[in-house]
Amino acid sequence: MAAAARGFGGVWCWVWQRGGGWCPAPAPRRQRAVSCNARGGAVLAGKSGLAPWVPVVGLEIHAQISSNSKLFSGSQVQFAAPPNSLVSFFDASLPGTLPVLNRRCVEAAVMTGLALNCSINKKSLFDRKHYFYADLPFPGQTILLMKFPFTEGKLRVDANVSVHHPGEPYGVRTEVKNINSIRFLAKAVDYEIQRQIEELENGGTILNETRAFDSKLGCTVPMRDKEGKQDYRFMPEPNLPPLILYDAKSLPANMNHQQVVNIDWIHERLPDLPSVKRAKLVEQYGILPEHSFTLLNEDGLTEFFENVVKQTQMKPKKVIGWILNDLLSYLKQHSLTVKESPVSPFLLADLLNLLEKKEISSTAAKQVLAELWKGEGKAPLEIVKEKELELIQDQKELEQICQAVIDGQENEVMAIKAGNQKVLNKLIGLVQRETQGRSNPVLVKQLLEKKLSE
Amino acid sequence: QKVTVEVLDHLERLALVDFRDSEGVERLQKAIQFADQLHEVNTDGVEPMDSVLEDRCLYLREDDVTEGNCTKELLKNAREKVEEYFVAPPGNIPLPKLEERETFLQGS
Repeated sequence: MAAAARGFGGVWCWVWQRGGGWCPAPAPRRQRAVSCNARGGAVLAGKSGLAPWVPVVGLEIHAQISSNSKLFSGSQVQFAAPPNSLVSFFDASLPGTLPVLNRRCVEAAVMTGLALNCSINKKSLFDRKHYFYADLPFPGQTILLMKFPFTEGKLRVDANVSVHHPGEPYGVRTEVKNINSIRFLAKAVDYEIQRQIEELENGGTILNETRAFDSKLGCTVPMRDKEGKQDYRFMPEPNLPPLILYDAKSLPANMNHQQVVNIDWIHERLPDLPSVKRAKLVEQYGILPEHSFTLLNEDGLTEFFENVVKQTQMKPKKVIGWILNDLLSYLKQHSLTVKESPVSPFLLADLLNLLEKKEISSTAAKQVLAELWKGEGKAPLEIVKEKELELIQDQKELEQICQAVIDGQENEVMAIKAGNQKVLNKLIGLVQRETQGRSNPVLVKQLLEKKLSE
Repeated sequence: QKVTVEVLDHLERLALVDFRDSEGVERLQKAIQFADQLHEVNTDGVEPMDSVLEDRCLYLREDDVTEGNCTKELLKNAREKVEEYFVAPPGNIPLPKLEERETFLQGS
């Protein structure tokens, strides 16, 4: 998969690298002009007078399949297990052992391919790749599955980068490894594009090499090549026949169904993909598309939101604000997951109901929420009573306070009567202060306006 | 068509083989010529065979843990161990460049 890259950085200055050696690091100076070509790809201006450059970036994404046992043996899969504790005789390459393919891994691969909208190859072949390391008594081998779409689980990405002039063939590419986040991916790609352009404009060449991204310095460096050149001696894997996948049409009649992977069967059992889920949320609750992204990206947040909506009269469009602004930011600040939230959907719904019934103001609600975070098990109403946050419901009392404020602010009253409506907000503010935030601003405004028009 | 010095150096480096003398190189040439005879076969319209097992069914295993957990047994064969690690010789040391090492190819 090639995607035109967007990178531009400035000129690079030289920085002394830990362990010795100069490493180029970005110095923010001039930026290259970037424009888009007819295909929408980025084109970077060359040094004045020189031809422009088109960068090409390919992302190699590795993801670990989530399974109980390994791909080719029945050994357990477990992160950080003691050394050699999970290794079987096959894994140790003892003579006479053979690989046996894990069915779950095949299904996971098909699921991922379908979820990513790939076409699934019905026939796949295995190749063997040889590694020669002096610390292995015999050549290490990897069995590769060719022509097969991606897998799900732990994630890793390598970036392949090259540059060329428009209309010319692609340039030599380098592979950049050790990229540990999307942000670093952008930095690494930007840096490498710049490095290659500068190298070529200075008359140098690009080696087809593997480079490592140094996140501290923001640059790429050649990886110390421990074997020198590598000859992987790819060959067809002699111990594994081709893998055939079936669908409803091609399914053989009398085959042991445990030995059959049916693409259509897997397709029917795919859960709702994120794009479908998001569209449903937007349609059902009237929230914004960007809200749906956040809901889905946070584990358990959609469920939380939907539970609150179920238990409150407040409209989902208003609830979402409390979920994304108040709940989520609190969780993030304290590095908590949704499941670890000291405030349950029930409590939040309870609070929002008080607000919806106009028993408290929105400011008061935030104060109550702050109390609820303490997780002391108090109900919102309890806290409201304790802190005397209830909105004044007695209309007469409010009218009296409004009148008192009007009486005390002659100048402002004159200004309002002269047509300056903005000053009204000051009066509302004064009433709020008098009532210690326990007045409903909408009601106060109405009362004041009524009195001032008399 | 003779094999170039660059290719010979490349092979020595990759395979850690030492051609030793011109006879060694000649043997290599002959081996290549021998293999080249394959080109004389007309394979137009013939599908390449990927595997002699192509009409066999690939067996699929259930995702159950059935083996492993045999560290002691595995380490029984180790000449040297440290805790539960195999101790191996030091890592790869690449051959010095052609100009810097002693090889028959130097003179070519």
